[in-house]
Amino acid sequence: MTLTLDAPRIVTVDPLLELHGVNKSYGPVVALRNVHATVFPGEVLGIVGESGSGKSTLLRMMNLEETPDSGSYTLDLPDVDGNLFELDRFARRMLCATRIGIVYQNPHLGLLMKHSSSGNVAERLLVAGERRFAVLREKATDALAASEFPLERLDAPPIELSGGMQQRVQLAKAIALEPALLLLDEPTTGLDVSVQALVLDTLKRLQQDRKITMVIVSHDLGVIRTLADRVMVMRRGEVVEAGLADQIFQDPQHAYTQQLVHAKL
Amino acid sequence: MTPVLDIRGLTKGFTMHHLGQGFAAFDDISFAVAAGEFVLLKGANGAGKSTLLRTLYRSYLPQAGQVLFQSDHGLIDLARAADVDITHLRRTEIGFVTQFLVARPRVSAEALVAEPLRVAGVPAEEALVEARHWLRTFGVKENLWPAYPTTFSGGEQQKVNLARALIRPQKLLLLDEPTASLDANARAALVQRLADLKAQGTAMIGVFHHPGDVEHLIDRVVDLSPNAPATEDRHDVVV
Amino acid sequence: MTLASLTKPWAPMSYGFLDASAKRELRRKMVKAVCVPGCQMPYASREVPMARGWGTGGLQVSLTLINPQTCVKVIDQGADDSVNAASIRRFLSRVSGAPVTLDTLQADLIQSRHRIPEEILREDQVLVLQVPNPEPLRSVQPNMSIARQMHGDADYGRMWLQLYEQIVRSGRVMQGASYPSMVNGRHVMTPSPIPRWDVPKLHMAKHLTILSAGREKRIFAVPPYCRVEPLVFDDVPYRVEDHAGLTCSRSGAKGFFMNEVPQDDGTSAFELSDSEYGVKSIRRAEGDPVDLGDTWYTNGELTK
Repeated sequence: MTLTLDAPRIVTVDPLLELHGVNKSYGPVVALRNVHATVFPGEVLGIVGESGSGKSTLLRMMNLEETPDSGSYTLDLPDVDGNLFELDRFARRMLCATRIGIVYQNPHLGLLMKHSSSGNVAERLLVAGERRFAVLREKATDALAASEFPLERLDAPPIELSGGMQQRVQLAKAIALEPALLLLDEPTTGLDVSVQALVLDTLKRLQQDRKITMVIVSHDLGVIRTLADRVMVMRRGEVVEAGLADQIFQDPQHAYTQQLVHAKL
Repeated sequence: MTPVLDIRGLTKGFTMHHLGQGFAAFDDISFAVAAGEFVLLKGANGAGKSTLLRTLYRSYLPQAGQVLFQSDHGLIDLARAADVDITHLRRTEIGFVTQFLVARPRVSAEALVAEPLRVAGVPAEEALVEARHWLRTFGVKENLWPAYPTTFSGGEQQKVNLARALIRPQKLLLLDEPTASLDANARAALVQRLADLKAQGTAMIGVFHHPGDVEHLIDRVVDLSPNAPATEDRHDVVV
Repeated sequence: MTLASLTKPWAPMSYGFLDASAKRELRRKMVKAVCVPGCQMPYASREVPMARGWGTGGLQVSLTLINPQTCVKVIDQGADDSVNAASIRRFLSRVSGAPVTLDTLQADLIQSRHRIPEEILREDQVLVLQVPNPEPLRSVQPNMSIARQMHGDADYGRMWLQLYEQIVRSGRVMQGASYPSMVNGRHVMTPSPIPRWDVPKLHMAKHLTILSAGREKRIFAVPPYCRVEPLVFDDVPYRVEDHAGLTCSRSGAKGFFMNEVPQDDGTSAFELSDSEYGVKSIRRAEGDPVDLGDTWYTNGELTK
């Protein structure tokens, strides 16, 4: 028994990201059912839900790592048109490399563990076509500095670094090309609480200084609460509720969201 | 003169799914607030004063009614406005002052206070100067400015919070017991700031445990007690 | 009609050792390789009377291209007289009746391991390079299936990453032989383990180069007049080995790729790596009328 919200009237810019009617099944298992999502430029969207709710699948689709059975995906960027799910492999790879940054929960997915940390960041720039060593070095250093990575360890391979540091390298790699969209998949899960706070703080800073549009997936409501402007609650592949972050946490409407919010310590 | 905020038939209740029941917070509330007007919400504990403030801020979703806000972009119904619009208005036109500070690890007091200005596009240096001014005004000791408020005492945290919430003049200010547990000096500074903002045309709706502090600012009182008369005549001007 | 009338009479060995179908496959794969410069074409590497890893890939290409008029030269690390080079040369001649030579200028077909001769090759010559590891991405992507996708996508970021890390670690690019090179602006290849000195010789060369890996079963090619550009950063120029100032202690030739010969007193002497060029230089110095062709490098500087 709530009011239906109007379309945006004050914020008249087009959404940066739009997903429409996304469906995905793995055999008999429905991973996503008719998911819609909208993210405006500069906004941070949080996606919460328990394991298996489809939130990570959705994020992988935003990074074009997976294609759905049906649905469309658009990004409002210059030179980017049409349904991105229909792009060919090459166009998809270039788009991901230059416009979308991602930080995985598992650093092994996002990093070359035995290459140097600065090299990991430089690779992004190399893929985008940068061929000047001095520029690569400088930009990689800048990105690592922006993610508050200790620069004296610039050329240490990630495998020798702590979990928090590895996440910073991932983050530096993700933001090196100043992407239009930053995707974060459980960026702090598995880190010590103190390290978690530091990584969150770094993210918050980045978001404020660079106005990067972010989508962050986490089962940790604290993380979402700290970072997100808006929250989408997912359960069994469906979006059960979406709204302003403080509204979702203070006045959850759906039974599942209430259960989720009340379960938080 | 068109009011800044025109509340019509606003209703809010909560459904507790795990209890299988719902309860009403307030029902069919209507009143309007003009620019530079200060409205005090009255009512016993549980009458829904804070709930109303949060509903106006859209931390709570209303169930029926309209909240017509005269924004810089024209009239907009806060009860139905899209989430992005609400986010935008919160950054630019609607402020909410509570007694609780949401501190973040590793963010200094002055940075925290400067943040609303930074979000509004004020250069970092300028925002910091302004932030320090307000920290001083609310009586936060200078050696605490670069420190992290997570470790501050409750009183100091509250002062930081007030500085942060009031640094930027807003069109509409919602005040949820900002004076509770504040020392006399800070309280005086707060009242002074509110008076200044009021003079600049900020419309305010407030909940105060001890309205005596702000007595001279109050233009009207709206009684939310269930037994109070239901509509317009609720707006009995007192003081 | 009998079966015998439909088939060729039995012979103990085909011409050029390989049977006709093997040669046909190799020819087709070579044509494909020429059509897509630098792209590795898989082929069914046949058995030859030599162990895999000793130049079987190059040998199969030579056996396919050879005819009784083809003048063959075989080099191993620049030398015509090493056991391996001599054996392959003798084998090629024996199974095809082709004449052999040591002189680069006289050869029609040059099979080589690890070097390109110092004298400029002509349009009518073919260079066959033996390749131990044809995959330039192997060091950065151990999974060959993914490596092939990376070639398909021209996804060579990690090749550059490798160079980046060498500069970071050592202050310069450490890659010596097999310097990864972009062919025709599209495929990155490893030019077989030729020294950096030899890579620029492939760029816009007049001759056809076929590179073949017997063990790894891959053929790729650099057609004549095709761009071959070593991967370099814009601000870190490509450097060949520092041999420009060295003088051959036997022939007196200067400004070519040298072999270092350690001396008893702890110093080093140098001699031309391209042994036949050295021999010709000595004979000319002694007054013999020998043809010395134009060289890629003059006084240690690239001529073209």
